[in-house]
Amino acid sequence: MIGGLLERHPRFANWLYGFTPPERGTVVLVHRRVYIVPARLGWIFAGVLAVLLVGSINYALSLGFALTFLLAGLGVAGMVHTARNLARIAISAGRAEPVFAGESAQFRLYLDGRGGFDRPAILTRHVASGSQLVVDIPGGGIAEAVLAAPATRRGWLALGRVMLETRFPLGLFRAWSYIEPEARCLVYPRPERSPLPPFTGEAMAGAIHAPTPGSDDFAGLRDYQSSDSPRHIAWKAAARRDKLLTKQFAGDAAAELWLDARLLPHGLSLEQILSRLAGWVLAADRAGAHYGLRLPGVEIAPGRGDAHRAGCLQALALYGVK
Amino acid sequence: MTPHPLAPELRQVTARDLTWLIASLVLVITPHAMRAPWWLTLLTLCLYGWRLYFVLNRAPLPSRWLVLGVAAVAMLGVWLEYRTLFGRQSGILLLMLFSGLKLLETRSHRDAAVAGFLGYFLIITNFLYTQTIPIAALAGVALVVITTTLIGFSAPQRALRDNVRTAGLLLAHAAPAALVLFLLFPRVQGPLWGLPQDAYAGMTGLSDTMSPGNLASLAQSDAIAFRAEFQGSSPPPALRYWRGPVLWNFDGRTWTLGPNYLVDFTPPRGGRATYRYEVVIEPHNRHWLFALETAATLPQRARISHDGQVISNSPVRERLRYDLDSVIEPEPQAGDNEGNLRRALRVPPGFNPRATALAAQWRAESAGDEAVLARAIEFLRQGRYAYTLEPALLGSHSVDDFLFVTREGFCEHFSSAFVFLMRAAGIPSRVVTGYQGGELNPVDNIITVRQSDAHAWAEVFLGQRGWVRIDPTAAAVPGRVENGLARAVPQSAALPLMMRPQLEWLRGARDRWEAVAHKWNVWVLGYNPERQRELMSLAGIREADWRTLTAALFSFLGVMTLILLAWSLRRLARPDPVQRAWRAFCQKLAKRGVERAAHEGPRDYAVRAARAIPAARTSILRIGALYIGLRYGAQPSAGGATRLRKLVREL
Repeated sequence: MIGGLLERHPRFANWLYGFTPPERGTVVLVHRRVYIVPARLGWIFAGVLAVLLVGSINYALSLGFALTFLLAGLGVAGMVHTARNLARIAISAGRAEPVFAGESAQFRLYLDGRGGFDRPAILTRHVASGSQLVVDIPGGGIAEAVLAAPATRRGWLALGRVMLETRFPLGLFRAWSYIEPEARCLVYPRPERSPLPPFTGEAMAGAIHAPTPGSDDFAGLRDYQSSDSPRHIAWKAAARRDKLLTKQFAGDAAAELWLDARLLPHGLSLEQILSRLAGWVLAADRAGAHYGLRLPGVEIAPGRGDAHRAGCLQALALYGVK
Repeated sequence: MTPHPLAPELRQVTARDLTWLIASLVLVITPHAMRAPWWLTLLTLCLYGWRLYFVLNRAPLPSRWLVLGVAAVAMLGVWLEYRTLFGRQSGILLLMLFSGLKLLETRSHRDAAVAGFLGYFLIITNFLYTQTIPIAALAGVALVVITTTLIGFSAPQRALRDNVRTAGLLLAHAAPAALVLFLLFPRVQGPLWGLPQDAYAGMTGLSDTMSPGNLASLAQSDAIAFRAEFQGSSPPPALRYWRGPVLWNFDGRTWTLGPNYLVDFTPPRGGRATYRYEVVIEPHNRHWLFALETAATLPQRARISHDGQVISNSPVRERLRYDLDSVIEPEPQAGDNEGNLRRALRVPPGFNPRATALAAQWRAESAGDEAVLARAIEFLRQGRYAYTLEPALLGSHSVDDFLFVTREGFCEHFSSAFVFLMRAAGIPSRVVTGYQGGELNPVDNIITVRQSDAHAWAEVFLGQRGWVRIDPTAAAVPGRVENGLARAVPQSAALPLMMRPQLEWLRGARDRWEAVAHKWNVWVLGYNPERQRELMSLAGIREADWRTLTAALFSFLGVMTLILLAWSLRRLARPDPVQRAWRAFCQKLAKRGVERAAHEGPRDYAVRAARAIPAARTSILRIGALYIGLRYGAQPSAGGATRLRKLVREL
């Protein structure tokens, strides 16, 4: 019920959790943001204490009182220690590599203990996906937590809310805190395999009849350029000389491949179009083609290499995204 | 919902967890094992070992039915041993057994934690029997081990040494709160409900009857009856008659209490000397309190009976402290009433003909009561009676057998025979039991009275002089009263080890230890509602009720929790001086409109700021370089932090 309430009134949730998402830079869990309640074991412990106290009173056991009160003090100390295990952790988000829709994004969080003591057994849980792992922050060190979040739609995938939880040291209390660091992962459209469009381009009018550029027809070597894909480096040849060479395939040098949305059949939805185009980009890249991308309002000049491929995919991922 | 990795019910116990858990359980059952039947201890240890076997061999746990079967057989065994399952002793032994059974169904950390909590119960139930300093120390060790075990459940990957350190830290943090709670928690005088039948079994002390042999067996116990601390000088041994139950009725063998009515207390007048002292009495589950003869004031919550016994309003079931005054040889009190005097003359008909005849002969040959008394004392003195802890058995004419046949006995024989003789001679008399003597501890000047000091003497009623104490044992064996039991009985007798005179050095060590133990008894174990009120009045709060106590308690606890919280923030709130200076630098520049972006490193920031504020160009660049050197350099220069601070301040 409360969860639903928080969902419907995000501002209330922001007030409650003490921050307004997303949080830029390093997030420090100030005490105000650490919540603590007794865990189930804590309630059992409280029940045990009650019985011990009643027994001590009934039998007038002085040492019984001493034991009971020492345990009560232990409970309180345990509470403070549990809160301390979480308080003042500084969390910063690392870079998340782009993924395709349907894969899962790997968000990296760096948890800095910022103290001379270690902070064991801290659960990091991605609230939306439920992916979680337990990390131990060494004293004076940093722990890395990688949270996998499923990427379902293209565009920017924000990390969203992350919960940190701990029960250390005694397991009697459960302390937790929510954070929402500004971290996002670029999600490319889900690539759809389909045959590449025909080569176009002014220089090679006859390229339509050329063999499919996806083929492995080796055409020769040329000097490596920094935009070339490592997949096309001729490692064996490079080992013989002292510079890198790039393999060239048939049609490469001259053929210019335009991946144009207009070449696709009519009646496809935008997402389908983007998926086809993403599939084409991958295929063209694999083929080592010199390709460009054309969408209504977007045109990327032909090129090749990983940077070009990433640029094209990013354009597809963010097409129409505000 | 994905399983929660921190939920204890979902986490499997490991061999390390179980080893620690079993170690803590072994620690807490050790004191119980000394009282338990051997087979139960063995069975419990076997159950622990069995569980360890399962985890080490990664074998599945035994079926529930097998565990239940073991439980049923063991419970039957306990029942056969004690004929009940719900008494104190049997209940505690079952708890010990269940700790083993619980382990056999312990799979998750939650079960294991509950087994650890069971350990707390095993510690506290042991306090029902004994609360000495060594037992408290053992409980402290067990507490550290249990706490380490619990920490191990929360942090399975952590090094053991770190867990032990955390346990120590937690307990150190818990101790101040525990002390405040111990001192200020409003104490209630228990019990809250009825206790099991055997709750007070095993408490030793005088009984309300006396028959040949029962005092002698009590005298072989080294247990402490009570301790007395005198203000000023202590009375000499010969004056230390601690009055207990007064016995009026004799059936030929056993002496029992008379009509035990209470009277208004009238303090005795005159007397040779007055002593003021404090008694800490060990529980003996009876009403009577012991006072040096003759009590001049009464302790709180106590009355006095017509025959001078100090009677507590409730049975002494825990260590009790009381203050008293006593007067030595006060002026005689007014006479006793007719009924009591008649009762004090009654002898069972048909018993002890020789003693009766002897008494009749004394009466015929003497002028008055005092002359008869003198002859009786003379008779005992001349009789060469032997004083022994192991007297020969007596027949049905117990007094005759003792006086004329066996001629050896303990104080109950002497007092019983003497009072019989007096009654047969027509002098009202009664037996008084209690303690005589006690040992002065030179370390803290406290007199310790042990069960081995148990004694019985006589009182005779001599008209105008009232009831007069006569110690027939002292008459027959003069050394008993002056030098104590140890020198009065032969060396071969079954004396308690510590009472043997040749162990002088051991006694010295014991004296010191007992001085500490006495302080422990008074200040830790004897801390009760009364002491609590005294403590509060020391703090200036008179007549503290539970409301005052609770208020004081919560204010103290609140302050302590705040201190603890402050501690938990302490190390984090203070960054190192270099970092502090750098932050001050950033703030200063931000005020001049050059704010550091989150992604900006110190070098880029310094360059940008230097460009934006040309007036401070050199110092900005120097601060930047110095900070980078201090923060990231391989060997930060000494004094660099001070220089950095200075530069930032001057900026």
